[in-house]
Amino acid sequence: MRVFVPGDSAAVSIGANDVAAAITRIDPSLVIVRNGSRGALWLETLVEVETDNGRIAYGPVTAESVQSLFDADFLHGGSHPLALGKTDEIKWLASQERVTFARVGVIDPLSIQDYRQHGGLVGLTAALAQSSDSIINEVTESGLRGRGGAGFPAGIKWKTVAQTTSVQKYICCNADEGDSGTFADRMLIEGDPFTLIEGMTIAAIAVGASQGIVYLRSEYPHAIEILQKAIEIARASDWLGNSVLGSVHAFDIQIRIGAGSYVCGEETAMLESIEGKRGVVRAKPPLPAIEGLFGQPTVINNVLTLSTVPMVLAQGAAAYKARGVGRSLGTQVFQLGGNIARGGIIEKSFGITLRELIETYGGGTLSSRPLRAVQIGGPLGAYFSTEQFETSMDYESLIAAGGMLGHGGVVVFDDTVDLAVQAKFAMEFCALESCGKCTPCRIGSTRGAETIDLIIQGVRVDENKKLLLDLCEVMTDGSLCAMGGLTPMPVKSAMVNFPSDFLGATK
Amino acid sequence: MTMVFEPDFGTPASEKTQLVTLEIDGNAITVPADTSIMRAALVAGIDIPKLCSTDRLKAFGSCRLCVIQVDGRNGTPSSCTTPVADGMKVSTQSEKLDRIRRGVMELYLSDHPAECATGDECEVHGVAKKIGITTSRYAQGQTHLELKKDESNPYFTFDSTECIVCNRCVRACDEVQGTFALTIENRGFEARVSSSGTSFIESECVSCGACVQACPTGALTEKTLLTIGAPTSSVITTCAYCGVGCSFKAEMRGDQLVRMVPLKDGGANEGHSCVKGRFAYGYATHSDRITKPMIRNSITDPWKEVSWAEAISFAADGLKRIQAESGRNAIGGITSSRCTNEEVYVVQKMVRAAFANNNVDTCARVCHSPTGYGLGQTFGTSAGTQDFESVEHSDVIMLIGANPTSAHPVFASRMKQAIRKGAQLIVIDPRVIALVRTPGVVAAHHLQLMPGTNVAVINALAHVIVTEGLVKRDFVDARCEEKSFKDWEAFISLPENSPEALEESSRVPAQEIRKAARLFASVPNASIYYGLGVTEHSQGSTMVMGIANLAMVTGNIGRKGVGVNPLRGQNNVQGSCDMGSFPHELPGYRHISNPDTRKIYNDMWGVTLDSEPGMRIPNMFDSALAGEYRGLYVQGEDIAQSDPNTSHVHAALRAMDMVIVQDLFLNETSKFAHVFLPGTSFLEKDGTFTNAERRINRVRPVMKSPTGKSEFEVTCDLATAMGYPMSYDNGAQIMDEIAATTPTFSGVSFKKLDELGSVQWPCNDANPEGTPMMHTETFMRGLGQFMRTPYVATDEKANRKFPLLLTTGRVLSQYNVGAQTRRTANNIWHTEDILDLHESDAQMRGIADGSWVKLSSRVGETIMRARITDEVPAGVVYTTFHFPESGANVITTDFSDWATNCPEYKVTAVEIAPSAKGPGAMVETHIEGDTQLDSIVRMANQIAANIPASDAPEIKVAHHIVQFWTKSMIERLHKDVDRSQLSPIVIKAMDVLLVTQ
Repeated sequence: MRVFVPGDSAAVSIGANDVAAAITRIDPSLVIVRNGSRGALWLETLVEVETDNGRIAYGPVTAESVQSLFDADFLHGGSHPLALGKTDEIKWLASQERVTFARVGVIDPLSIQDYRQHGGLVGLTAALAQSSDSIINEVTESGLRGRGGAGFPAGIKWKTVAQTTSVQKYICCNADEGDSGTFADRMLIEGDPFTLIEGMTIAAIAVGASQGIVYLRSEYPHAIEILQKAIEIARASDWLGNSVLGSVHAFDIQIRIGAGSYVCGEETAMLESIEGKRGVVRAKPPLPAIEGLFGQPTVINNVLTLSTVPMVLAQGAAAYKARGVGRSLGTQVFQLGGNIARGGIIEKSFGITLRELIETYGGGTLSSRPLRAVQIGGPLGAYFSTEQFETSMDYESLIAAGGMLGHGGVVVFDDTVDLAVQAKFAMEFCALESCGKCTPCRIGSTRGAETIDLIIQGVRVDENKKLLLDLCEVMTDGSLCAMGGLTPMPVKSAMVNFPSDFLGATK
Repeated sequence: MTMVFEPDFGTPASEKTQLVTLEIDGNAITVPADTSIMRAALVAGIDIPKLCSTDRLKAFGSCRLCVIQVDGRNGTPSSCTTPVADGMKVSTQSEKLDRIRRGVMELYLSDHPAECATGDECEVHGVAKKIGITTSRYAQGQTHLELKKDESNPYFTFDSTECIVCNRCVRACDEVQGTFALTIENRGFEARVSSSGTSFIESECVSCGACVQACPTGALTEKTLLTIGAPTSSVITTCAYCGVGCSFKAEMRGDQLVRMVPLKDGGANEGHSCVKGRFAYGYATHSDRITKPMIRNSITDPWKEVSWAEAISFAADGLKRIQAESGRNAIGGITSSRCTNEEVYVVQKMVRAAFANNNVDTCARVCHSPTGYGLGQTFGTSAGTQDFESVEHSDVIMLIGANPTSAHPVFASRMKQAIRKGAQLIVIDPRVIALVRTPGVVAAHHLQLMPGTNVAVINALAHVIVTEGLVKRDFVDARCEEKSFKDWEAFISLPENSPEALEESSRVPAQEIRKAARLFASVPNASIYYGLGVTEHSQGSTMVMGIANLAMVTGNIGRKGVGVNPLRGQNNVQGSCDMGSFPHELPGYRHISNPDTRKIYNDMWGVTLDSEPGMRIPNMFDSALAGEYRGLYVQGEDIAQSDPNTSHVHAALRAMDMVIVQDLFLNETSKFAHVFLPGTSFLEKDGTFTNAERRINRVRPVMKSPTGKSEFEVTCDLATAMGYPMSYDNGAQIMDEIAATTPTFSGVSFKKLDELGSVQWPCNDANPEGTPMMHTETFMRGLGQFMRTPYVATDEKANRKFPLLLTTGRVLSQYNVGAQTRRTANNIWHTEDILDLHESDAQMRGIADGSWVKLSSRVGETIMRARITDEVPAGVVYTTFHFPESGANVITTDFSDWATNCPEYKVTAVEIAPSAKGPGAMVETHIEGDTQLDSIVRMANQIAANIPASDAPEIKVAHHIVQFWTKSMIERLHKDVDRSQLSPIVIKAMDVLLVTQ
């Protein structure tokens, strides 16, 4: 009998370990699997039992309610106020299109057997039977774009690296998930680390790289531990090492831990950090694909991009690109957070509306107050008003609406929010996290926060608003990287979509 | 007088040859591929605003003022980081760009003083004016205008309030100097330049000045700029410290020197400098300067200031009297490697023409004379084969007995950058010098040999190459004498030359030698750089030949990235040797015995030159003690401090009747002088210096000589007073005479130097613009000659009484005998000579770190402070000789190179013991007996033991003696020496000598 109690950090943060301990205390004979989270965070701790009838879910379970579960014979699917029925039939989950997250929450994250049973290594096996060109064509054809935020086609990036002649090439996985309101990278690594390893291995074979590095933030100690164990298991299983699954390819992965700097999630700053230097942005060109880590050609992709690759190779480009809209193909792993009733992971094809995401899945605000603003794409993303709820959630439509998809984080605010304060916060965040290299970002962010403060205080409001807009242009067009370049996005969207918050003292 | 203006193209020149044509603001422009748009624009006369870029540093792209727009591309990229592309259309001006630039500048101005201490020097205000704004609209907010100045460095201040965090200083420290002393602390708005968390003076900073040079604002500023004010004129001249020969702009305000700024166009330094050249010039106007001639009858009398005329006639009368009493060979002169080619040429001319003998030698005797001999024998001329830039093309660099980060810092920076780009380094040195392991540099091999075993190691390296089949046959067959190669090949293959056989004496593990040899022979381009750790040995000349053999056998001669490169100690060692300062050679390394060469000078000077070699410096001392040599003219050299075995030197000087010293300051030698002729500093001279890459650089007068006379004028006056009239109007006239009489200089003139900046000799009809690289098609002597290099252990051995070996060197902040640097603020870094020793040697003797120790050898003793360090191995101790108080040369001995008498400074058997007091307390030994005869015996036996010969060595020994010894020495060898003291080969050679005479 297997009982699933998520070992995911989000579940653990609200007592999953205590739940697991309580279950063991009552019945030490039970096998407890610490799976990843299904992503329905409002249901955590979501306990599942494996019955003849399939997996039955209970949640949210607390340590205190464990005895009552036993009393209700939950091990055999007994009824209980917390019973949710078959996990697969929970509508919130069943209506999603889990591709990247297909195995997260389902399998034992560190069981390679579980992984294989659920379709693991099919993609890599397929890749090993193909030429480099053919793998890259498949990825290009699938329409898979960079999920870190830039949305650059993964296949084209790979091709650039593959065409270089260097002896040493690298695959760098960017797992420095610093955007507020995002957690998909962490949940994937904690729930299905082998998928990432498989995606990196496929990338390595495609471009001719022998070394992979996962740049993982120190704030994710649990993910670091799980991934490190997964890498060791993959090495012991003759997957990573001198001969990948018995092939001529050599590939290994090491983890580098970030030191708490947001800007190190910017790809060139990340390379500097991996090289042991200050995390400062590099000017491009040269592109990292040509001169990246230690000056060598480097594929840099986000966790979600790389973790989607095995599915693309296993099921084919056609299956993947059958989903989505326009040039935004496949699925997006949205992360719903903030003041929301039902937060968590929602993986859906591109094209779902903001309203569907927030109302159908999110169920409105947690505070039950009227919803006022939604920030999409992290701290540098735009603030949307309820008037924009019909916006299609895809790369192009969001840009057209003055925002961006970013890493897919969606943060909800109720009507107590003051968008001028939020705008000031955007500048303050930039001032705190800027690497300090380029002037617009280094000085501009501080001046921006000061100027918004004057607007809030009602000092020369019109003059300062003009100055702020001028500053936003200088930061957008003049900054060296997206940190300074995107900071104006939350500021300007707040000013445009919520003008009443920028009236100064007259407000 | 105007300021020398050097445009700043913002980014370095591209090294690509492929050309690209693009359009910038409607102007078609063709530049090499990979050129930045910023640089291309300036070539087309379009000056894009910039603050963070400068053409000595890689593009950085942080200031965002240089943004441009490119047709068909999104955004506004920075022009410094965007390379040109064919057909590209670039706009540098538009309303949008203007808005960005003004917006960025407003941000700068919002955290920058309204007025800067350096006025127009601050580029922030300059660029702001250019783009049309002077103030910022931002309300007073958070700034850095309250930060404190760091004035800890004696030469420059760091004022963070003016800093714009452009990183130019940090990048200069990294990309130009390679020290990594600077960094940016914190991030975002709080990002500030930091000398790594401490004050500048406590940091790793070596005060090279690269950061000050790079700073676009007043944040890093020379203190003199703040005290004297902005310069109003500048003159390009050459540094007077080491043999790198950096070019500087001497920037003046009226008569005052404001600062020395390294010249980007300087062939040797390309805009870089070190703490000495950049900052330590204050000695030139130090109050210790003697500006009036002085005389005295006896060295115990006080000095008396006199007129130039009186001083000259007093000196001339003294010298004439000596010659009348003791013969014309009883006087001579020593030229200085600190002086210009023109000044040196005139002194040797005075000795040969006015003194009518060849008793002229130079301080190069005690440093690089073995280079002259060794490279002359193998390649055909006494010079390094490459220019400095060549090192950037090396795959492997072998560094032997040199410590460039201290002694040749500007070249060291070049070398470090080459290593950071991938060149591998092999260090051969008894000490763990900085380059063995320093930020950004780790030597592939450190062959940590015992002092005195250079030849053992070079032979072992060559043995591996020959016996493991690594010889570059093509090169050897085409470029070298076959017979000499065969002979050498047989010799070097002998088991006695194997790394295993030599391991015990050198203490270098055989496997390490084998690996290093394989590495050296395995790469396309391997180069050798060496210093006085090669030459200042009893086998100095043998080692130089061993180095030349190694370069030839691996085919590493005649192209970029290879070669044999002596790092010259003093600014004009190369030049003073070129100028005929040796007793056996006329200018251009032509032997005095050659009648054709003599004829050139006989005709030009109207004299009949003596065909016999004159005395070398040590011969002069021996002869003085023998009473035969009584008058000496010393140009700018402090032999009483710098030459070995101080007791011997002092006794010799005391024995002379007329010692004439020409110098800036009273020094150790002037204590024994009868005439003091005040000299001129490099800032007052009009002439040329020749650096270690044979580069002839102009030295231009920046200020007036306080003595009222140039040095060559004084020499000419003395020659004239001696009865041989000499006079020149200026330095150019002297160079014209040098060019007219010296084939390798025939194309050199001041006019050409002014036009080209510098030339590297040979400069003649065949190479009118000079020769950056030598021996490209054939060697100077035709075919390269391999020379046998038998390893003969020095007689200076550690023994029971003196169980340690002392070796000597230099620190970064001080220079040679310290006459200049001790009179500058450089003393803040190094105020005394320190004895470095290994912990085990210290423990055995109860010596604590920092305590006083007595250092003694068989010739003398002194006291200095001890430093316990693992930079020296057990059994080896190390010190410098910058301070007369400690007088390190009281310890060093008369032992010298067998071929050239270059002193064996690098090996002295010593003992150390704790001392209650210090420093100084030098104890000189009493010199007695016939030192001249002792020297003759020692030298003859040494030549016989070392002469490279496969058969009939006596003939080569005899030839060597005839070539380099004075007639009277040869006579004494026959007449006075007890033959039982001589080796059989010498006795045979004496028979040969009798026949040939």
